[in-house]
Amino acid sequence: MTIANVLQRSLAGLCLLLLATFASATVTVENYGYPIKDRFVATVVGTPEGYEAKLPKEIPTKKRWLNVFPERHLPDLIWYGQEMIYSETLQDHPAPLIFLIAGTGAAYNGGKNVNMARAFYKAGFHVVSLSSPTFPNFVTSASTTGVVGHSEKDAEDLYRVMEMIWKRLDGKIDVTSFNLTGYSLGAFNSAYVAKLDEERKSFNFRKVLLINPPVSLYSSISLLDRMVENIPGGEDNFNEFFDKLVKAFSKIYKEEDDIGGDFLYQAYKAMDLKDEELAALIGVSFRMSSGSLVFTSDVMTDFGYVKPKGLVLDRYADLTVYNQVMSRLGFTDYYHDFFYPFYKADYPDMSRDEFISAISLREIADYLRNSPKITVMHNQNDVILEPGEIEFFNEVFGDRATIYPYGGHCGNMNYTENVAHMVATFTEGAQ
Amino acid sequence: MKHSFLRGSLLLLALLVGGCASGPQSLPHADSQDESQAQPANYPEPVFAANRIVPAGSISITTVYDPWEGMNKRIYNFNYHFDQWVFLPVVRGWKAVVPSPARTGVHNFFENFRDVRTMANSILQASPTKLAQSTGRVLINSTIGLFGLIDVATSMGMPKPDEDFGQTLGHWGVGTGPYLVLPLLGPSNLRDGLGELPDLVLQNYIQGDLLAKPLRATAFLFDSIDTRANTSFRYYETGSAFEYQTVRWLYTTKRELDVEK
Repeated sequence: MTIANVLQRSLAGLCLLLLATFASATVTVENYGYPIKDRFVATVVGTPEGYEAKLPKEIPTKKRWLNVFPERHLPDLIWYGQEMIYSETLQDHPAPLIFLIAGTGAAYNGGKNVNMARAFYKAGFHVVSLSSPTFPNFVTSASTTGVVGHSEKDAEDLYRVMEMIWKRLDGKIDVTSFNLTGYSLGAFNSAYVAKLDEERKSFNFRKVLLINPPVSLYSSISLLDRMVENIPGGEDNFNEFFDKLVKAFSKIYKEEDDIGGDFLYQAYKAMDLKDEELAALIGVSFRMSSGSLVFTSDVMTDFGYVKPKGLVLDRYADLTVYNQVMSRLGFTDYYHDFFYPFYKADYPDMSRDEFISAISLREIADYLRNSPKITVMHNQNDVILEPGEIEFFNEVFGDRATIYPYGGHCGNMNYTENVAHMVATFTEGAQ
Repeated sequence: MKHSFLRGSLLLLALLVGGCASGPQSLPHADSQDESQAQPANYPEPVFAANRIVPAGSISITTVYDPWEGMNKRIYNFNYHFDQWVFLPVVRGWKAVVPSPARTGVHNFFENFRDVRTMANSILQASPTKLAQSTGRVLINSTIGLFGLIDVATSMGMPKPDEDFGQTLGHWGVGTGPYLVLPLLGPSNLRDGLGELPDLVLQNYIQGDLLAKPLRATAFLFDSIDTRANTSFRYYETGSAFEYQTVRWLYTTKRELDVEK
């Protein structure tokens, strides 16, 4: 290969890269007003007061229960998880309907879902809010296997409950079109649900918006798992680290009279946390939610992951020891020693690594590339993406990807401009 | 108090752990497990057994002294059922029948009595600042605020300290004692649970002076309904099997901070 050849090839590559970047709607640093530049701060603190979209506080949201598997008999310890909980916020006139899918470990009524429901209700949508398949209530009530984190199976479980919910609503409300959005893992789920809808055609989604999705679930989870390594002095120093945080928080708590509104942001500023400490917080938070998820799956399937197989725990059982064990395990351990062995028999031709790395948007890249209805909004400095992974969205979605320069992981979701963007995605061109 | 407990706890949780569902139990002590926690020998060892995963000799920061856990979990379970069959249906009826401004009025009315409770406890804690703040609130809200129906003081930006007898005991160094789940009222501990009594006696005494006897009985009822209506917590709805531990730890931490405040 001659030097000219190499030069030519790299120039061509560079041009392609530039084209991809230009084609996608990258928001430039100068014209984006979200105030927090640091990716960890943005992820933890979110959007400060004054930068949040103005949305109605009171919307007519109704909590609903759905008995997805009436024949299911849950172990006594998780007796309360029989029915899936979700919510609907309905218009009293014909309107488009939008499904919201929450992120990892989050409930249908988590803060981000509630905010999106406010925005879409205000914009004239019927809104149905769903928990993440990784929320314990979904695992016990709506997951076919009780072992979640599987791209296709989670999508099928979500699709089933969406169909059941629509069956309830059909005739009660007038729907002009069906739409779908989700953030974080919920965005990942949305992509697979949209693909499934192409076959099943129950909804024929008009628009689908993916907000801060991971590319490869396993690589995002590994990143989050590793964040606990940021605990100063390592995991064995967790007590000291946590104690320090509580003390710092306590100081602010004492000085503050009203702990509403902007308190979180003020508290963060006063506590003066380092990036490593924030990363550690994110890691600990992730570990806690994945811990209760995985333990729920273990109890439900009697797999023998941390609870001995066959041991029956009743609703009053002391769970201290299991909580302790779960706090030492990452979500990646679940994928290797629970998820893979559980599904292995269904995929005899795949190795562990192949199986785990197939849980990725790359698997459906062709579908995503050729589906004009699907758009993405993401952040250049999202903490759940490996370096360079953001390019996947530019490359696959082209001008249907909007990459904001800041916001960390979902930190800018309540920012005025982002909310306007979300709503406009679904209102543009609608009747 | 309950809803401010929840709000404070949620913010604390949000800040400290990013707002997720279950409490951390870290650096536990494998050797300290008593016999009730030990795995019976006739079950196969799980993939991750405690004796291999949990390092010996460490204590978890989220552990709370809870010798009555068995009883507490039964009361916790009872509270859920009481919620389902009595409390929450009544709250729904309350919200359906009484228009929102009237509910706010009722809420403010009872909050005004909580300010009186704070006054009394500020005296007991020898805290002139909190006494001045709460007295100012009561004076303004009871007069301009039409017997407490309108919260004028908050609109004027007056701070609202919240002190009860449990905190007063804590202020003078009384420990919390064992964790306790109270019927209907929920998370507490021996100290705070006993502390409810003098506060209740005080409230009865003041309301006795102000309200006729039948009204006093209904006031108690409406106070309970108002409190539940303003508490978003729902038993078991985090879905986490570790919810009991998480709530226990959150409550305990929150009360520690309240006592220091």
